[in-house]
Amino acid sequence: MENLSNLNWENIGSKDTRSGFGDAIYELGKEREDVVALCADLTGSLKLEKFADEFPNRFFQIGIAEANMMGIAAGLATTGKVPFTGTFANFATGRVFDQIRQSIAYSEKNVKICASHAGITLGEDGASHQIMEDIALMKTLPGMTVINTCDYNQTFAATKAIAEWEGPVYLRFGRPKVPNFTPKDYKFKIGEALLLKEGSDVSIFATGHMVWKALEAAYALVEQGISAEVINIATIKPLDRDAIIESVLKTRCAVTAEEHQIIGGMGESIAGFLARNFPTPIEMVGMNDVFGESGTPEELMEKFGMGTKDIIEAVSLVIARKQF
Amino acid sequence: METIISLKAMGSQVRRDILRMVHGAKSGHPGGSLGCVELLVALYFDIMNHDPDTFEMSGLGQDVFLLSNGHISPAWYSVLARSGYFDIAELATFRKLNSRLQGHPATHEGLPGVRFASGSLGQGLSCAIGVALGKQLDEDENLVFVLMGDGEVQEGQVWEAAMFAGSKNVDNLIAIIDFNRKQIDGSTDDVMPLGDLKSKWETFGWKVLEMKGNDLEEVIDVLRLATLETGKDQPVMILMHTEMGFGVDFMMGTHKWHGVAPNDEQLQLALAQLNEIIGDY
Repeated sequence: MENLSNLNWENIGSKDTRSGFGDAIYELGKEREDVVALCADLTGSLKLEKFADEFPNRFFQIGIAEANMMGIAAGLATTGKVPFTGTFANFATGRVFDQIRQSIAYSEKNVKICASHAGITLGEDGASHQIMEDIALMKTLPGMTVINTCDYNQTFAATKAIAEWEGPVYLRFGRPKVPNFTPKDYKFKIGEALLLKEGSDVSIFATGHMVWKALEAAYALVEQGISAEVINIATIKPLDRDAIIESVLKTRCAVTAEEHQIIGGMGESIAGFLARNFPTPIEMVGMNDVFGESGTPEELMEKFGMGTKDIIEAVSLVIARKQF
Repeated sequence: METIISLKAMGSQVRRDILRMVHGAKSGHPGGSLGCVELLVALYFDIMNHDPDTFEMSGLGQDVFLLSNGHISPAWYSVLARSGYFDIAELATFRKLNSRLQGHPATHEGLPGVRFASGSLGQGLSCAIGVALGKQLDEDENLVFVLMGDGEVQEGQVWEAAMFAGSKNVDNLIAIIDFNRKQIDGSTDDVMPLGDLKSKWETFGWKVLEMKGNDLEEVIDVLRLATLETGKDQPVMILMHTEMGFGVDFMMGTHKWHGVAPNDEQLQLALAQLNEIIGDY
């Protein structure tokens, strides 16, 4: 686990995570001849314009045909290219699960499945597009690495890191502008959790857009006399088990926070691991087995129980369940 | 190039392998496998530029073949083994525990010659396009071949891929459809009519050829013609008219042998119709 708890967390200027992806893949395009990008008619939404303009022979516009895109990416990977596919998380996973399963995961292809507009913060388009089940789908596939980034800087760093990683990766990020707070130019280490704030009463494990809210909750809890540890689980699979154990050995209880269904999400991965190794009271903040609806990202996060106050409530509940 | 006589002997041997493998596993798909023997023998022993001794996943500098209708794996495994990708003795492990010869092809056991898992239908053409695009980036002038079943084109992904390749001039690609007009539940006309496949593919921007797929001389001629049609700004499709179960009289003309293994007696009846010239595994 990388320890960044000495840093003072502040929003250095809100940005969308997808721009971190777009800027990083443009840089990758300049650095590496083997990096290619594919897009299913969402070049603007994925911030792929710069890559497409600068490297037209390495950019493949597939049209609205995600299944074909996954297969073409698998073929390109076979020839030694490092393909990055870009579309919305809904169409990058649920629509093409079998293509990813057989042509990419089972065939062991080095494809980077990059997915924007994940989760409910996609907002006004409504539940048809708000996939809250994608982590569940991707983490069940043998050999698949699953990463959910929390801000612009982390998405930029993770995009660079997965290019160096051999094997299929699902990289999940989002649409709205959110606080940008992780350090610029830090090297993203796949599979390593980040300790953002030290604490002794409860461990908050957060991923994606919920990380900033977890920090907000932790600082609010200080005023209630509760010392919360905040750990960013950016890589959901493989899980940084050592970091989780190290933290709960100290705090003896945990809250998980993610913008995803509780069923099949990061929280379940952590709970499953702890149940087998160190049974610990856990509360989970996430989507509770329902579909979303239209609204602004903040309205939706609040309505569906993924606000800062929901983390604070979960902390109270879990601390009450501690045995000592 | 092998003589046509030796290629026919190879075809007979591959058919014996298919029947013995499926019989040994007590499961598998003999019908479609038997129907595609001429194509696979022609590709691996005559048409394709490939070297089993220097097999690499990337396929750089060689032609690449993909099997999209993975259930005819017995035919492919036999041809791969007999062209030198692995020992023919390994054919006896087909569909058995700890074998590299999975029921449907897979990569993760490292079987030389196999670059993609297949079995879930409709995916191979997209993968083949990806390999073809990779070859274009690498300025590798070798070709990509992909075989599909005819029932398989009922999958929507096939038409996504057809539209892409036809409109984006993927002209280093030769696709072949095993047009035996049969699928598991019966004839394609009964299950889901395919319509005029030739005009469908032409409308999608492909150069379409046709051949009698169980006539070895014609298969070789048309495959050669197909290679001459590459590099002309459009992909090439061959509609390969075959007979499911070809070479074994009681397996021909019916879809019933799509996915059923012969019993001991049926195996002997079938093998008696196929000369063992090269030698069984």
